[in-house]
Amino acid sequence: MSSNKKYWKSVEELENGSIVEALRNNEFVEAIPTDEFLGNNDAMSSSSTSRRDFLKYVGFSTAAATLVACEGPVHKSIPYVLQPEQIIPGVADYYATSVFDGFDFANLLVKTREGRPIKVDNNTISGAKFTANARVHASILSLYDNMRLKEPKIEGKAATWAAVDTKIKTSLADAKAKGGQVVLLTNTLASPSTEKLIGEFIANNPTAKHVVYDAVSSSEALDAFETVYGERALVDYDFSKASLIVSVGADFLGDWQGGGYDTGYAQGRIPKNGKMSRHFQLEANMTLSGAAADKRVPMSVANQKQALVHIYNIVTGSSVAVSLDAKFKAEVTKAGQQLKAAGSKGVLVSGIQDKNAQLLVLAINQVLASEAFVTSGTRQIRKGSNEKVAQLIKDMNAGSVHTLIMSGVNPVYTLADSAAFVGGLKKVQTSVAFSIKEDETALVSTVAAAVPHYLESWGDLSLTKGTYSLTQPVIRPLFDTKQFQDVLMSLNGLSGTFYDYVKANSASFISGTTWNKVLHDGVFVGVSQSLSGSADYAAAAGELAKSKTSNDFELVLYTKTGMGDGQQANNPWLQEFPDPITRVSWDNYLTVSNEDAKALGLSNEIVANGGLDGSYATIAMADGVKLESVPVIVQPGQAVGTIGLALGYGRKAALKEEMQVGVNAYTLYKGFNDVQSVTLVKADGAHEFACVQGQKTLMGRGDIIKETSLEIFNTKDAKIWNKVPMVSLNHQEVEATTVDLWDSFDRSVGHHFNLSIDLNACTGCGACVIACHAENNVPVVGKSEVRRSRDMHWLRIDRYYSSESTFEGDNERKENIAGLSSSLSTFNEMEKAGDNPQVSFQPVMCQHCNHAPCETVCPVAATSHGRQGQNQMAYNRCVGTRYCANNCPYKVRRFNWFLYNKNSEFDYHMNDDLGRMVLNPDVNVRSRGVMEKCSMCIQMTQATILKAKREGRAIVDGEFQTACSNACSTGAMVFGDVNDTESQVAKLAADERSYHLLEHVGTKPNVVYHVKVRNT
Amino acid sequence: MKKVGNHNSISRKLFFSLALSLAFSLTSFAQDAAPAAATEVPVATQGGDPIKGKELFNSNCAACHKLDGKATGPALRGIADRRDKQWLYKWIHNSADLIKSGDADAIKVFEENNKVAMTAFPQLSEGDIDNIIAYTSEVKAEAPAPLPGAAAGTTSQEGGLSNNLILGALALVMLMLVVMLFLVSNVLAKVAKANGIEVAPNAPRQSIWKAFVRNQFLVLVASVFLLLASGYFVYGYLMQVGVDQDYAPIQPIHFSHKIHAGDNEINCKYCHSAARVSKNAGIPSLNVCMNCHKNIAEVAEATATPEYSKAFYDEQIQKLYTAVGWDKAAQTYTGKTEPVKWVRIHNLPDFVYFNHSQHVTVAGLECQTCHGPVETYEVQKQFAPLTMGWCIDCHRKTDVKMEGNEYYAKIHAELSKKYGVEKLTAAQMGGLECGKCHY
Repeated sequence: MSSNKKYWKSVEELENGSIVEALRNNEFVEAIPTDEFLGNNDAMSSSSTSRRDFLKYVGFSTAAATLVACEGPVHKSIPYVLQPEQIIPGVADYYATSVFDGFDFANLLVKTREGRPIKVDNNTISGAKFTANARVHASILSLYDNMRLKEPKIEGKAATWAAVDTKIKTSLADAKAKGGQVVLLTNTLASPSTEKLIGEFIANNPTAKHVVYDAVSSSEALDAFETVYGERALVDYDFSKASLIVSVGADFLGDWQGGGYDTGYAQGRIPKNGKMSRHFQLEANMTLSGAAADKRVPMSVANQKQALVHIYNIVTGSSVAVSLDAKFKAEVTKAGQQLKAAGSKGVLVSGIQDKNAQLLVLAINQVLASEAFVTSGTRQIRKGSNEKVAQLIKDMNAGSVHTLIMSGVNPVYTLADSAAFVGGLKKVQTSVAFSIKEDETALVSTVAAAVPHYLESWGDLSLTKGTYSLTQPVIRPLFDTKQFQDVLMSLNGLSGTFYDYVKANSASFISGTTWNKVLHDGVFVGVSQSLSGSADYAAAAGELAKSKTSNDFELVLYTKTGMGDGQQANNPWLQEFPDPITRVSWDNYLTVSNEDAKALGLSNEIVANGGLDGSYATIAMADGVKLESVPVIVQPGQAVGTIGLALGYGRKAALKEEMQVGVNAYTLYKGFNDVQSVTLVKADGAHEFACVQGQKTLMGRGDIIKETSLEIFNTKDAKIWNKVPMVSLNHQEVEATTVDLWDSFDRSVGHHFNLSIDLNACTGCGACVIACHAENNVPVVGKSEVRRSRDMHWLRIDRYYSSESTFEGDNERKENIAGLSSSLSTFNEMEKAGDNPQVSFQPVMCQHCNHAPCETVCPVAATSHGRQGQNQMAYNRCVGTRYCANNCPYKVRRFNWFLYNKNSEFDYHMNDDLGRMVLNPDVNVRSRGVMEKCSMCIQMTQATILKAKREGRAIVDGEFQTACSNACSTGAMVFGDVNDTESQVAKLAADERSYHLLEHVGTKPNVVYHVKVRNT
Repeated sequence: MKKVGNHNSISRKLFFSLALSLAFSLTSFAQDAAPAAATEVPVATQGGDPIKGKELFNSNCAACHKLDGKATGPALRGIADRRDKQWLYKWIHNSADLIKSGDADAIKVFEENNKVAMTAFPQLSEGDIDNIIAYTSEVKAEAPAPLPGAAAGTTSQEGGLSNNLILGALALVMLMLVVMLFLVSNVLAKVAKANGIEVAPNAPRQSIWKAFVRNQFLVLVASVFLLLASGYFVYGYLMQVGVDQDYAPIQPIHFSHKIHAGDNEINCKYCHSAARVSKNAGIPSLNVCMNCHKNIAEVAEATATPEYSKAFYDEQIQKLYTAVGWDKAAQTYTGKTEPVKWVRIHNLPDFVYFNHSQHVTVAGLECQTCHGPVETYEVQKQFAPLTMGWCIDCHRKTDVKMEGNEYYAKIHAELSKKYGVEKLTAAQMGGLECGKCHY
């Protein structure tokens, strides 16, 4: 029965019926005066412009425009007046540097062209340990951010540095006279020279103190380590030495304690001599580590705490009373027993933000005498103290802080109780924010001091104890900026620049070598002693076991691979970077388990245009803090009773409008605890996501991702676990690789490039995606275009779930289908990912098929095959029929639906002169109506070949690289020449784990994948 | 008149050769005359050979000194009149010592010249120094006789005039012939009339135009021909769109490759050094210009041509000094620079990747292969069409230089076996693939 409800769109419509009537009958409220013009015969006939004349004008102007276009523009060329010795136009220079921005850190090699940095690569020199993640790769674009703070400001008005200096000095003198507190609030610095400067500053200003604040805190782990070893630092685990890894809520492949563990981890994950490491993951949110794990148990953080105590009991033989949920007991016991059996080859890590839990981690690893647990060379990258920050806010509100100098922090945005901070700031006489952007904090501070980007700065870093690396500028400051340290030196009454200071100070860290050598290498590795210590672990275990589960939802805050703590929110590459797990870009969202979603009526659906929509929900905390209308993603593998939300979004200040996406989860980050108790209610409306992967599970299509278990891999023939697809030839089943429609070319001469991708080593970190962006001038298209599946990523990392708990389960289920009705229903069910599915990542780029389907359908031969194996794309020849994209079985071709550069409709970096400075001059910027795709970085292979030719030598293995293989820190991607039989890639291509994507199509790709082996 | 220009080539050639021989004799005379005039003048120095002195001066002193006009060091003409000879020996052998010894003159010279210490020349004997002094004591030569080039110019102009005269005369003869023909036919007609021969009047003939229109076959053929012809021209027009062959824009500084690469034989890669290692040949930075032009503030008289005077060239050098911020008088850099905005001549579209080092260093091509006889260009222009057809053509024809390059060892062995040839062209190496230049 239909209802008689009245629907209305506006108040006017409801109250004033006549307009509604009019509108219903006529689309336009006022009549369009067509008759007035067309009906007037006199006017029409007396018009001096006849229809014919009109057409003539059109024709003439078109012809004129065409003729004008024939005239070439005049290009000006301006050489240097005084050319720097090391710069040759057209030749790239590389400089070693290191970055630490309070959250991310890496040892880098920066590529510069004509004096402008265009790409960051990993520093591969021995001792350079930390590789760049996606955010560090993208940081090159943040250098050219047009929304940066371009000059110092006092009270919001542009000022000179001299004025800033005077302002701070006067305030300090005043503080001294009045005895008011002076506080330096900084991020973790890890810089010996800066710390020394701060020490001197405090010596000069007796009322001064230094407070270290990490936006995303690791305070509990630091506290625990300090209690045991007497040093505020973090353990730098060496996962390559572990054969059994148990992680209790630690996303160590993500940002846990700074991240950067994937290199060591991946070493143990590639089966060698029948052995590989085993990885248990107990976690609430689905993380990269959970995706890589052999056994993943989704459980709430409250349960994780009990599980940790339970494992502690098993490993140490204690018997602390535990109230672990029965359904987890078997799995956790298994993990604990295997950990104990592994002994020194085992390691346990935990991300539980509880000092007792962190003490147990130390205890368990100490008992195991774990080789992966290294107490020498501890990480210095998190020093923040939650207590001191809380005390500072109290002091500020009490009015006892006279001068507050902030550097590298944005507390107004990142503090949960930012209102208290802003309130306190009003009572501070002078507040100075050293910031790269005019962010939320800089806006409310007395002085907003513009600091340079790390690529414009000098500095030194001691990321781990005993190592020393230098940060050097690779470009002159773009704006009127000054380093925090330079100002600090002037406040300390020192002359010279921070460069002189670092250089003078470096001598004590680099004994046995020279400044120039360290500057060239980027890093210096010294020695560091192992530590020893102990604490009352049993008490900690008892304390931890007392923790209770609450009935509310457990909100687990995390940082996204693409956004981190949110410093680079104005970076379009990062915004458009699809999250490895959810494949959603341009958003943060609540991840909710399937079970909870059903109970609350939350859902995701794919709408007619292929876009993903999701419900909204409102989260509220007991003390009344609320986040309204947070979009929801139903996340397979999310522990029931928990929800996840990423920090780093919802920023507004100094951000382009397009980048102001998501909600600010920091408001829920109470007491710096990433686990909060909240209530969840469904809200009205549907959110439009920009999700790049509609499909959810693999549905047992085993020739896309091949998976096997270590046991089968070790015991069975390769034909069993790496099945070659069969096709019918003359009514005989034959292997697809033996059948060919085409004649083969001779590819044995010269180079033949192959790219090998090991699915075992790929953690889905996405560094390759951003590196590809930077190298190949890939445009950013924006949220609504991504939603329309018009994303331009040349390299995507597909994520597949299984509907059963294993991929093999999927296969079994598929094969057991009998009959049509059963197949329909089963396939429908298989579309849905399981509650705890297995996850696989698969980087997919152009497969450079030797028998490429795209090449045969191009009507203008714009895409053709090179004898070096690359499928080449001549943009200038392409007319945009898109036949190639339609004929590509891998869906890797991207079409330029619009002009993405110098187009205000796409107001990203390519729309301003500054942002375009990041473009690689060796790669064409594509225009509208042109197809583009991965070129296998032909500009890089050609450059390598040319270099060898010039030097008159053969090419050595390892010289050929692509942007993605260069960026891959796990060694999953290996690129090279298979005609060089000694090369690593030739061996990998011949490996029995190797297979091609969709082998039965017979495209003979030049990208090789390796069967994923799980140690279940 | 111009159209018949070719027909009187013999007389033209004769005139031209005459003019040329005259010009050369004049030049040779002028060259002989100048040094003769210089040496004739007796000099107030004894025992010094100015010719040896000139050699020594050019190899040792000219980097910093000029005879007339200040360079890094002071002008040296007539130095013997200004300074004591013994003092000069000391100064040249070790000026630093002299300054240290507190010699007032030495300190003055040192301070006058921006406190740039003069290199010590202990290897020069006193005799050598005498020779140099002899050379510096030569009186400045008179301005050379009127430029031979100018003379040649006038003669050739005369040749042009007489050409015109001959052409006029020829035309007159032709006209006379036409008139005579007309007269003869008139006379014949009159004679015929007188003899009573009836000249049949012409039957009213169809105009040729109408006849043509009636003949459909002719119309068809003609229109096909017209279409083809217009197609040919339209195609020709369209194909030259974007092809800037012979593009020779006016540059902010009139830089003559003829003087630099031609007359002075400076290697192309001295200035365009980036061509060896980079994709760009590079426009030399101004400090490269100053390597020489620090000492060459003006051109020699002989450099001037009728088209471009010495003053004009000197002005161009002055433009360089302004751009680089060089104070000629004080011999110092002022620090005020104005980078030169050259007009780029060779423009490849953005979608083409071209690398100079591949062609210059690896292939060992001469710059002239693509850029033409640059050493003869007074004004630089684009020599090659820079079209894809032109690139491809060369890649098809040119053998890759592989000898002695270890990189090619393996691929050459394999490919030469495959194609059964010893030499391989760039095309056989894969140099025609789209992706080699378009990415």
